[in-house]
Amino acid sequence: MTDATTIQGGNRILAAIRRRPGLGILALIFPSLFWLIVFFLIPLIIVFVYSFLKRGPYGQIEWEFNLQNYARFFDPLYLRVFARSFKIAGITTIVCFLLGYPMAYWMATRPARWRNTLLLLLMIPFWTNFLVRTYAWILILRDSGLVNNALMSLGLISQPLPLFGNDLAIVIGLVYGWFPDMVLPCYAAIERLDFSLVEAAQDLYANELRAFARIIFPLTLPGVVAGSILVFIPSLGAYVTPDLLGGAKSVMIGNVIQSQFLSVRDYPFGSAFSFVLMAMMLIATLLYFRVGGRTM
Amino acid sequence: MSDNSAVQIRNVVKRFPGPGGAADGEVVAVDHVSLSIRDGEFFSLLGPSGCGKTTTLRMIAGFEHPTEGEILIHGRPMGLTPPYQRNTNMVFQNYALFPHMTVARNVAFGLQMKKVSDEETQRRVQEALAMVRLPDFGPRRPNQLSGGQQQRIALARALVNRPELLLLDEPLGALDLKLRKEMQIELKSLQKEVGITFIYVTHDQEEALTMSDRIAVMHQGKVLQVGSPTEIYERPCCRFVADFIGDTNFMDGVVESQEDDIVTVRVDDGLPVMVQSGGTLARGTRVTVAIRPEKLRLLPKPMGGSHNSFPCQVEQVIYVGTDTRFLVRLSDSVALTVREQNVISTPDPMAYYAEGGDQVYAVWLSDAGQLLTD
Repeated sequence: MTDATTIQGGNRILAAIRRRPGLGILALIFPSLFWLIVFFLIPLIIVFVYSFLKRGPYGQIEWEFNLQNYARFFDPLYLRVFARSFKIAGITTIVCFLLGYPMAYWMATRPARWRNTLLLLLMIPFWTNFLVRTYAWILILRDSGLVNNALMSLGLISQPLPLFGNDLAIVIGLVYGWFPDMVLPCYAAIERLDFSLVEAAQDLYANELRAFARIIFPLTLPGVVAGSILVFIPSLGAYVTPDLLGGAKSVMIGNVIQSQFLSVRDYPFGSAFSFVLMAMMLIATLLYFRVGGRTM
Repeated sequence: MSDNSAVQIRNVVKRFPGPGGAADGEVVAVDHVSLSIRDGEFFSLLGPSGCGKTTTLRMIAGFEHPTEGEILIHGRPMGLTPPYQRNTNMVFQNYALFPHMTVARNVAFGLQMKKVSDEETQRRVQEALAMVRLPDFGPRRPNQLSGGQQQRIALARALVNRPELLLLDEPLGALDLKLRKEMQIELKSLQKEVGITFIYVTHDQEEALTMSDRIAVMHQGKVLQVGSPTEIYERPCCRFVADFIGDTNFMDGVVESQEDDIVTVRVDDGLPVMVQSGGTLARGTRVTVAIRPEKLRLLPKPMGGSHNSFPCQVEQVIYVGTDTRFLVRLSDSVALTVREQNVISTPDPMAYYAEGGDQVYAVWLSDAGQLLTD
């Protein structure tokens, strides 16, 4: 009896979907749509609204529309933070590319039966918690850390190298953290590359270097662009890495936003800063796609 | 060593590591191949897939290097010379046009790499595009071209460099039949026009027969026979060549007697078949008689003299437009395919051939067959 009604009900729904195919698609995307609206769109709107409000004397929100929070961004102090963040994210991206592309190339040109193993080996370290791995870098980079101890006991240096608590440490941490995000898209692009095109170039008198510059690199550029965006965006907004590895002077955008929300309790300014960061990322990404898209 | 040889392949062996890596032993792709390709000829390497023809071509291009033996191009030993230092150009099976460049930049690529001046490059690119009859296609992208057009651009991209040798790796494989036939004729006349030695790899025997001056038939890494299309077709050296090129009927038997150049072979279930032979064969030698279906005739009565003539039963009739194929049985173990051209328009070819009653005779001349001793 109940079974029959359930089946009947099911049939009715199916019939309705057949009449209006749009309904079926809606039913399929509803879970993810619901998730995005509740946990992404609504918080985003809240932050957006906050960014135009005012902080009260005790950190509460005062409902008074103003653009003061955005104006504060032009304070040289914050502009410097932005500039440094862009610099660090940029260097991170370039280092990731310089290390990651050759590695992706090497992996993608191994016999097919080795490639999945190599991909797995690349991924395994990243199964460990990000925080734990970042702490590990402290043990490696600090003055009495692994690197400095080793170099000093070998007598190569008498003073510890300044590896920790500065921009260098942040770049090392970020490169390490986002390395697979560069390697994987590059790997995918290189693996897809039709190597008979490379042979054709060599047949047409291009040596290895020119075949790379004229054929391999331009054709795998979409992978490089994707990898760069995947590394650059999280690096620009990074907060844990600079917090743990950087010194007092190495503040990045993420740290400013964090302190506005958690220490200063200036939600409106933190919100405005978040939105400026998002706008910057959007502009950078669009520019990058345009440049990449032209040569692709 | 003659002056007019474009390529000399001397006792070349190519071994590859096995599919399971170096520990998996080795695969012999090319097995002691020696060939001499004349300057200005259209030379085909013909064979089934895996016979070593593409590996041979890739060794001439420099993508692979011989494990043993050597390759000379116009008398110069190539050794380990990389492809970009060889004055050869290749047309790839999938054309390998650079997708991120226009047609004009594709064709100009080789000239740019050779640092030819811009004006000359432009002029020669235009000439090459005109030669393949696509003069206005310069600004297009390869993905905007049909298969046949891509094929021509690939040809232009190779020929624009005026190479000593043009190497073609099954370039027509991806085209449909009609276009392929057109391109065959076009390629052949293009080759005559530019006078460059073409080395053409194909598994399509008809293609090789249509275009080539000479053909090398390869099988399992070895060259079985080198010769003109007629030699290859009419006088195959061995069973594989006879079977691979065109259709052939085979009859196994032993030599019974020989009178001058006519050998009588007793086919395994008793039929005495006469075949012409170049040499002398001892009585009792096991041989195979190969005979092409179009060299057989179906007649209402037997013929004497140097004709083979056997009564037979028609088992199957297959009408294929230009001709009709008959499967006829001569004895319990001998069944032959006969190909009769449809000279007469008749709605029922079977009725035409069966007119003289049920009894028909399969007839062929003694020199129409070929004696194979392998």
